[in-house]
Amino acid sequence: MRVALFVTCVTDTLYPGTGRAALAVLERLGVEVDFPLTQSCCGQPQFNTGYRRETEPLVRRFAEVFRGYDHVVTPSGSCAAMVRENHPRIAARAFGGGAAGTAAEAAGVASRTYELSEFLVDVLGVTDVGAYYPHTVTYHPTCHGLRTLGLGDRPRRLLENVRGLELVELPGAQECCGFGGTFAVKNAAVSAAMGSDKARGIESTGAQAVCAVDNSCLMHIGGILARRGSAVRPVHLAEILASTDAGTVVDGTAAEGTPANGTEEEAR
Amino acid sequence: MSGGTFLGMPPFPEAAAAAVRDTRLRGNLRHATGTIRAKRAQAVAELPDWARLRAAGAAIKDRTLRHLDHYLERLEEAVTAAGGTVHWAADAAEANRIVTELVRATGESEVVKVKSMATQEIGLNAALEAAGIRAYETDLAELIVQLGDDLPSHILVPAIHRNRGEIRDIFRSEMGSWGRPAPDGLSDEPAELAEAARLHLREKFLRARVGISGANFMVAETGTLVVVESEGNGRMCLTLPETLISVVGIEKVVPTWRDLEVFLQLLPRSSTAERMNPYTSMWTGAADAEGADGPRDFHLVLLDNGRTDALADTVGRQALRCIRCSACLNVCPVYERAGGHAYGSAYPGPIGAILTPQLRGTASGLDASLPYASSLCGACYEVCPVAIDIPQVLVHLRERVVEGGEATVRGRRTTVRPARGHAAERAAMRAARWVFEHPAALRAGQRLASRTRRLHPRRLPGPGRAWTASRELPEVPAESFRDWWRRERGDDGGGREARGEREARGERGGDR
Repeated sequence: MRVALFVTCVTDTLYPGTGRAALAVLERLGVEVDFPLTQSCCGQPQFNTGYRRETEPLVRRFAEVFRGYDHVVTPSGSCAAMVRENHPRIAARAFGGGAAGTAAEAAGVASRTYELSEFLVDVLGVTDVGAYYPHTVTYHPTCHGLRTLGLGDRPRRLLENVRGLELVELPGAQECCGFGGTFAVKNAAVSAAMGSDKARGIESTGAQAVCAVDNSCLMHIGGILARRGSAVRPVHLAEILASTDAGTVVDGTAAEGTPANGTEEEAR
Repeated sequence: MSGGTFLGMPPFPEAAAAAVRDTRLRGNLRHATGTIRAKRAQAVAELPDWARLRAAGAAIKDRTLRHLDHYLERLEEAVTAAGGTVHWAADAAEANRIVTELVRATGESEVVKVKSMATQEIGLNAALEAAGIRAYETDLAELIVQLGDDLPSHILVPAIHRNRGEIRDIFRSEMGSWGRPAPDGLSDEPAELAEAARLHLREKFLRARVGISGANFMVAETGTLVVVESEGNGRMCLTLPETLISVVGIEKVVPTWRDLEVFLQLLPRSSTAERMNPYTSMWTGAADAEGADGPRDFHLVLLDNGRTDALADTVGRQALRCIRCSACLNVCPVYERAGGHAYGSAYPGPIGAILTPQLRGTASGLDASLPYASSLCGACYEVCPVAIDIPQVLVHLRERVVEGGEATVRGRRTTVRPARGHAAERAAMRAARWVFEHPAALRAGQRLASRTRRLHPRRLPGPGRAWTASRELPEVPAESFRDWWRRERGDDGGGREARGEREARGERGGDR
């Protein structure tokens, strides 16, 4: 099984710890993971803002970079949704039909692209990844994972099997956090109002950390929590799943101020 | 008069920002939409075949829209055969002119109205007012809007932005100048408010000789029009006056009587969370015999007003499936905070954000901002009873705004120019695309950001201010993931990367 990690531009640039955590979880489960260095961005920011034509070369690149792999795994619900839902449409329109063409290749790669929790539960058939994370955590299902991919309870099932982790319900969990890509700056007032309501909901749970499968949403939620002076830390699902009682796999990221991972001692 | 107009409103972000600061409005909307949201979910969950009903609703609408010319002609034949008169209105001005002339021909200067989105869309009340004809809204929420000289902010509950106390104040101060005043000592108890409205409206129902309505559905095979409502005011307006004028969008036609079976299940559960709405009025043409119920004179004004333009757009046309249930408004987190007025149209919320720019075009600042009035969370698509993929249409319309392109405007295939004010964004998107096509440049940028990370400001200037006004920036890490991979997994000696780079270059030969 040839598996490639599509780390996403946001995680690559701002949250490398999440990429290393996803890698660690997969390798712990015996998966050999490759990271093709020619990968870049799925094109979601451009596409969702209306720049479909700027997305076309990125769709082509994605298909070329990942065509040789059985599975592409990404620690992002919205990037996986962009690839699965939109890449085939964009490629069909831009590059035309034909069974061997770029459009067919893009559709094929898209169908083999999985968000991390999907890959763990559906392809590997694992819900207990042997993680240890002694914290109270609340889970925010991000919109594209929830509604476009239909992740359902997969992330929850993975969290429920993490030793030491206490999962608390988030009120209004299924409501959007207000990030929405360029929406966050184009409609900053509404975005911030949605984010503040989400932050209040998170704080009301008493959780130490809020977990999601998208670093972009966590960047927005975490930015609002931090501005509010909240003690709740945003943490990507991969980082929780990578933590074991031997400590965190991703040394130093907590000290760098990125989402908390590892044991209580390290995080504080 | 209900003289409010949506004309000249600012772009969505400005109006929405003002609404966000209005804590009373936000409280009213959170309470109202939260309540109906939960009830709808329950009403829908009762039906085990909801998904199939939803698919059937979408399929019936799509098929009808594909053959719209055929079904409209059948409808015209059936209505005419039943003694009604059919008029065709290409746009709002023509529809208003037709209705005004029809009312004038009766010699009346007052009409009673059934709640109708089509007449809100065309601004009929203002047009009648200009011709010296007073239109009385008889739906409770429309009455509140009209008495308050206000604008509707919701498809189903136009006065959703008002709470009980505000409604009592409006009734007390305004009812007297429109007819029967509010009873002395009127409180904000819902039953008392409803009774005051009932007494106020009753004299209008009994006096009116002309009624004006829209319709939820029109059945092509029989020429039957259908109005679905909760209060009974519609039944009064549809049966008591001698003349009835119905203004209906051309997309409201369904082929057969049997098709109503699907929509009369989808609509009430999605709209009011009821299994069946209290009043469903159906009429076919005019009452022919002495003593028969209903109007002696019936006119149907079929309204285009941008609908055939939308129909020509293969992605955007799904908006014409809409049955105006307002479920998408009730679940929308943006609507809940921005309020309905910010959308600057009779159609607020997610459906308005895709319908208005198709009906009116994207030339104005407001109309060009509407496709961006969404975080693309997809909650609207999930609840839509006719499966309109609103996020897909929003993104499609965003492309029209920033890139321009082919569109049909007033029946003509036209090349739409990109909206103004997107030059900097377009340049940034192109630059980002170039960087993402050149991983070496991406890596260089990441390294620069990492090396300078201690120097990054906490508050950004320019467009970035919109981020840092309410959120902290993430800290840039010392090393990107790809640099960590190269360092740890030592793969930069001509291995995977060079191989991949060669492949990518080789395949990019045909690129623009």
